Formats: sequence, C-alpha cells, structure tokens
Amino acid sequence: MSAQHLVEAICALLLVIGASFALIGSWGLVRLPTLMERLHGPTKATTLGLGGMLLGSMLFFQLSRGTWSAHELLISLFLFLTAPVAANLIAKVHLHRLRASENPEAVSAAGMPPPVPGDADWATYEAPHPGTPAATSEADPSPADRPKR
Amino acid sequence: MRRLIPHPGLSVLLVVIWLLMANSLSFGGLLIGIVIGIALPIYTAPFWPGRPDVRYRAAIAYCALVLWDIVIANFDVARLILFRRNRDLRPCWLVVPTDLTTPEAITVLAGTISLTPGTVTADISACGRHLLVHALDAPDPAAEVARIKARYEARLKRVFL
Repeated sequence: MSAQHLVEAICALLLVIGASFALIGSWGLVRLPTLMERLHGPTKATTLGLGGMLLGSMLFFQLSRGTWSAHELLISLFLFLTAPVAANLIAKVHLHRLRASENPEAVSAAGMPPPVPGDADWATYEAPHPGTPAATSEADPSPADRPKR
Repeated sequence: MRRLIPHPGLSVLLVVIWLLMANSLSFGGLLIGIVIGIALPIYTAPFWPGRPDVRYRAAIAYCALVLWDIVIANFDVARLILFRRNRDLRPCWLVVPTDLTTPEAITVLAGTISLTPGTVTADISACGRHLLVHALDAPDPAAEVARIKARYEARLKRVFL
C-alpha cells in the first residue's frame, strides 16, 4: 500500500468518524426528552463531528494535494466561539417561556431552575446589578466613577 | 503606545486570523493584517473599557486542557445519547457559585462549561456571583459543581489576574 493510499484511508476514516458524531448529535436532538436536554446534542457531539471532518479535509489538502489550507482551523475556532453563545441564548428563551407561559410542556425534565442564593434573581428575569461583573454597559456607572482595576 | 495599541493580544490575534483567512503568507497580506490589527481595537475600544491581565502561558495550557475535555465530552454525550434510556437519565440544574470578578473570566468559564461534558450554561445571576448550569446526567450535583470549580475555575484564576 503506497503512502498515497494511507493518507486517503486516514482522511476517509476521519470523515466517517466526524459524520458519525454529527449523526449522533442530531439523533440526540430527536430522542432526548425536553428542550434543555436536547441542547446538549448540538453543543457537544456536533463539535467533534465537524472537528473530525475539518481535520480530514486539512490532512487531505496538506498531504495529498501539497497545498496548505488554514480555513479549517478558522472554522473550528469560530465554532467554539459561537456554539456556547447560541446555546446560552436558547436557554435564556427557555427560561423566559417558563415564567411567561402556562404551557406545562415547556418545563425541563430537570424541573424548574433553582432560585439564586441571596437577594438576586437570574439575569434573564432581573436587570444586572450595576458595579457587578454581570452588568452590561448600559447599566454600568459612567466611566469616570467606575472603579479602576 | 498605550493609546495606539490598547489591546496588544487582540491586535496579534487579528493579524494571525487575517493571515489564516488569506491562506497565504505574503508581505501585502501581512501589511493589511497589521493595519486591521491596529485600527480595529481602536475603533472598538468603547466595547472594551477594561483591559484584562492575561497570563499567556497559563491561557495556552488552559486551552489545551479544554480542547482535550471537549473530545472526552463528545464521547460522553454520544454514549448517553446512544445507550441511556430517557427514564434512566438524571438531568438537573446546578448553581455554580463563582469567585471570578472580571466579565472576561466569567465569560470564558461559562463558555467552557457549555463545551465540556454534559453541561450547558443557561444564565448568570443578576449579582454576577452564580452561574445557572443545566447538566444532562448528574447523579451527584454537588460533586459536579465541585469538579467545575476545581478543574476550570481554579485554573482561570491563574489565567486572569
């Protein structure tokens, strides 16, 4: 077996592994009980799925075609940056629906989210307290009286 | 110097990303990358009022750890999806108290939790001291919270001063 065949076999293996993880992630989306559980499929299983496919693509262009391709690295970087944000926003919408609607199907299999210890509520329900790390720029004190770090 | 390059780390990152996006290492590409790397942080400076002190060596070690955990997390979640019946699944909410004080550090912690085994960050408390985390399968919630704090938060304290 020549080196060319070996490279192609490794790339093919990576593609199949990646595709399997993407499939498992999608299957999780179908079979897990409620929204919050379903969120775990696309945020994790799919990450390695895409990672495997991109690694296969990078190896193929590098070893088989001899051209250097860096776009795969960027795609995975942007994926790692955006996946948690998307999951967070979907979770926040879910939290809103829990309090706003009477639809009992909306409750997660884990039950209602617990209250925050202390006198604050979750930031989805209550404006962030100024001067804390949760504060957004609008709620922040003006730059002049912000404490220096 | 401080006014010209308010965020040196961000500038270097922008140049590297520009070169990766151009997919070639040419003098012209490098020049445009440097212009972008200097101009963009200046124009977006109002979004970054503070300047987090980052220890780069600890940050790189943290990234390596998280990358490894992401691979493990994928196998974990895939196993849960394929072989665990819904009624045997023990999903629950976790409240993770955090001692991190900068928004950047808390954002990185929340992102890490979302990318690693069976946990997704859902919200932060209005006081900024607790994270609401949903776990896909946590038989022992207290142990899960302790694991997040020991594995990620303790390391992040060393990355962000």
